Amino acid sequence: MIRASLLLCVFAISACQEAAQPSQQSALTIEEIRSGYTFLTAETQALQDDPFANPGLLWVDRGAELFQSTIAGEASCASCHEEGLHGVAATYPAVDESSGVLLNLEGRINQCRTQHQSLDALAYESEELLALTAYIFNQSHGLPANVDISGPAEAAYQRGYDYFQTRRGQFNLSCQHCHTENWGKQLRGDTISQGHGNGFPAYRLEWQSLGSLQRRLRDCDTGVRAEPLPFGDPRYIDVELYLAARSQGLALESPAVRR
Amino acid sequence: MIRRILIAGLLVSACGGNDPRLVEPSQIAGDAIPQPLTEAPGDTHRGKIVFSERNQGHCVLCHVVQGLDAEFQGNVGPDLTYVADRLNAGQIRLRIVDYQLVRPGTLMPSYYRNHDLYQVGEAFADAPILTAEQIEDLVTYLSEMKAHQDE
Repeated sequence: MIRASLLLCVFAISACQEAAQPSQQSALTIEEIRSGYTFLTAETQALQDDPFANPGLLWVDRGAELFQSTIAGEASCASCHEEGLHGVAATYPAVDESSGVLLNLEGRINQCRTQHQSLDALAYESEELLALTAYIFNQSHGLPANVDISGPAEAAYQRGYDYFQTRRGQFNLSCQHCHTENWGKQLRGDTISQGHGNGFPAYRLEWQSLGSLQRRLRDCDTGVRAEPLPFGDPRYIDVELYLAARSQGLALESPAVRR
Repeated sequence: MIRRILIAGLLVSACGGNDPRLVEPSQIAGDAIPQPLTEAPGDTHRGKIVFSERNQGHCVLCHVVQGLDAEFQGNVGPDLTYVADRLNAGQIRLRIVDYQLVRPGTLMPSYYRNHDLYQVGEAFADAPILTAEQIEDLVTYLSEMKAHQDE
């Protein structure tokens, strides 16, 4: 009886995996890769381009203040990172050498806070974490994503790719069904983008706020009626790594403005 | 022991892979489901509403029907203005119910299917996207989409 129920367990697990097989579909070619910016209306593009109007820059300014400030007597970020963090965000997500864990920039900021500053980790989508992330990403503005997907990151990259390619949710769609196979087509009033993350954290008109790439991923999962993963879930960090590599050469635009 | 069986049961329900099929293989003939899913016939007027409304089928998200009073119809899927010139009712029914049965790579969601789905949102776990009645209303509406109406 025990054997039978164990077999049932194994069967149930393998059935899940079978249902979640990624499909092998086409990829974007380097020539056709386009930023989400190119799918925006001229008005929204102008909003992103205007340094006096882009609302995301409010978070960048706040992040610059936080970076310099001393909290509860602990060292400020700037006390270690005296030269700033030019180009650093472009290399994230990256495997942390000491722990071997893949960290996105949010995770790296929180690791600094808890390990070096004796501060509590900041919650996803908190004003402070958005501000610091936007400030540090903005120091890589105009640079292409430069993530390492070799060695210890290779497995995470593969998992991120699998997530992107796997059908999920009641609509049973994978990310690639829209963003690789059908970008440029009209979904009612909107043009389907290629699904790059190069603008994030971004100010979305729909949110009326700046938000992280993980918030955007949760919206996409919700859109196909899938249960979104919790903020900070390692599976989403894997997807972030895959997306950064997939966007091959696209300049980072954070804080971008998106629909 | 009973606990183990319960755990196995939870695993099955967690992946949603073991729900009974809403449409049996015996109901499928080639690329069609010839028989209606309900005893009551579908209704064209209701079908048009299912086709257009956001909280129903919202087919206009991806499909155009020329002359339909709906703004910004999408072009992800084919134009359905004269769909009945190409497809009969049974073929239309299968394409709405579960087109992946005959075209595994398709973008078209399966509107009347509960089995072999993955990571389904909790709010949507218990029912297919549309009811059998809504499917039949849609099939009736779309089956009348011909360039030249029958006498």
